[in-house]
Amino acid sequence: MSATQELYEVFVRPRRGLDHKHVGSLHAPDPTLALEYARDVYTRRGEGVSIWVVRSCDITASQETDSESFFDPLDDKPYRHALYYELPDSVNNM
Amino acid sequence: MTVTSPDPLLVYVLRLGDDALVAGQRLSEWCSRAPILEEELALANVALDFLGRARLCYQFAASLPGAVFDEDGFAFRRDCREFTNHLIHELPCGDFAFTMTRQFVVDVLNVPFLEKLAVSAEPRLAAIGATCVKESLYHLRRSRDWMLRLGDGTAESHRRLQDAVTELWGYTPELFEQDTLERTLIEQGVAVDLAGIQPAWHSEVQNTFDRVGIKLPTLDWQVGGGRRGLHSEHLGHLLSELQFMQRAYPGLKW
Repeated sequence: MSATQELYEVFVRPRRGLDHKHVGSLHAPDPTLALEYARDVYTRRGEGVSIWVVRSCDITASQETDSESFFDPLDDKPYRHALYYELPDSVNNM
Repeated sequence: MTVTSPDPLLVYVLRLGDDALVAGQRLSEWCSRAPILEEELALANVALDFLGRARLCYQFAASLPGAVFDEDGFAFRRDCREFTNHLIHELPCGDFAFTMTRQFVVDVLNVPFLEKLAVSAEPRLAAIGATCVKESLYHLRRSRDWMLRLGDGTAESHRRLQDAVTELWGYTPELFEQDTLERTLIEQGVAVDLAGIQPAWHSEVQNTFDRVGIKLPTLDWQVGGGRRGLHSEHLGHLLSELQFMQRAYPGLKW
């Protein structure tokens, strides 16, 4: 079966109101079956209320070699952080 | 020792439990042997659903008057002739197409069966039906999908699917047999009347296979007897593996 398998990334929303979170990947021949496998592989213990699957090859990702130009310039710009705001206790999941 | 009991409810719930246990045991044989890891986990999940279903039935059975075993005893200490599962469940797994075809014909039946069981006059049976029907809906989604994939796949997958259907077909009429005991329970609103399910079952199976050019064989042979404890030679081998530990070390605990 391996000839027709593609790699899929799996994203699970653990609860209503939270974001989908990357949980892993799996092999499947098409998106429909990838979704069913994701259900069986990643939500066996009731981890999710929603699942996304995305073909891994459809993801355009930043490269490790680009780290310097991508991320380092942000190290010395503390004014971009909301460091001085106090969060109310009732705000969760920030 | 025999578990043949005059209590029809006990007999009935053991039938349902035996179907589930034997089906789950067979499916679990795919562990470490499935085509790919993802499919193996899916098969194991379904196997565990059936095992859980068997437990619910045996726990209920053990609580009824006339029960001579506890939950584990029903699974591990009865011999072939005391098991009352349908023969289709005890057939060896065969290839992947055979296993999924068996699941499909059983799932198409189980969904409406459990929906009806969920409104049984016996509240504990109704609870089992309500719990298990959601699982069966998922099982059916999977197995129906595989019928279409295998039927529409390669020449080899199509041939294997057709072989499986041909080989299994004579085991399906038994799924709808009802004896006096069941008819009595049906009149009391306790058991599910399979006669009402059969036409819809047949048309759904037919429609699915029509879509992928698989032919339903003419029914020129059929077997039965599971409900009376008459089994194929396969059940003994299945039980010897399932029951080995309790037979070799009676009363052994984890």
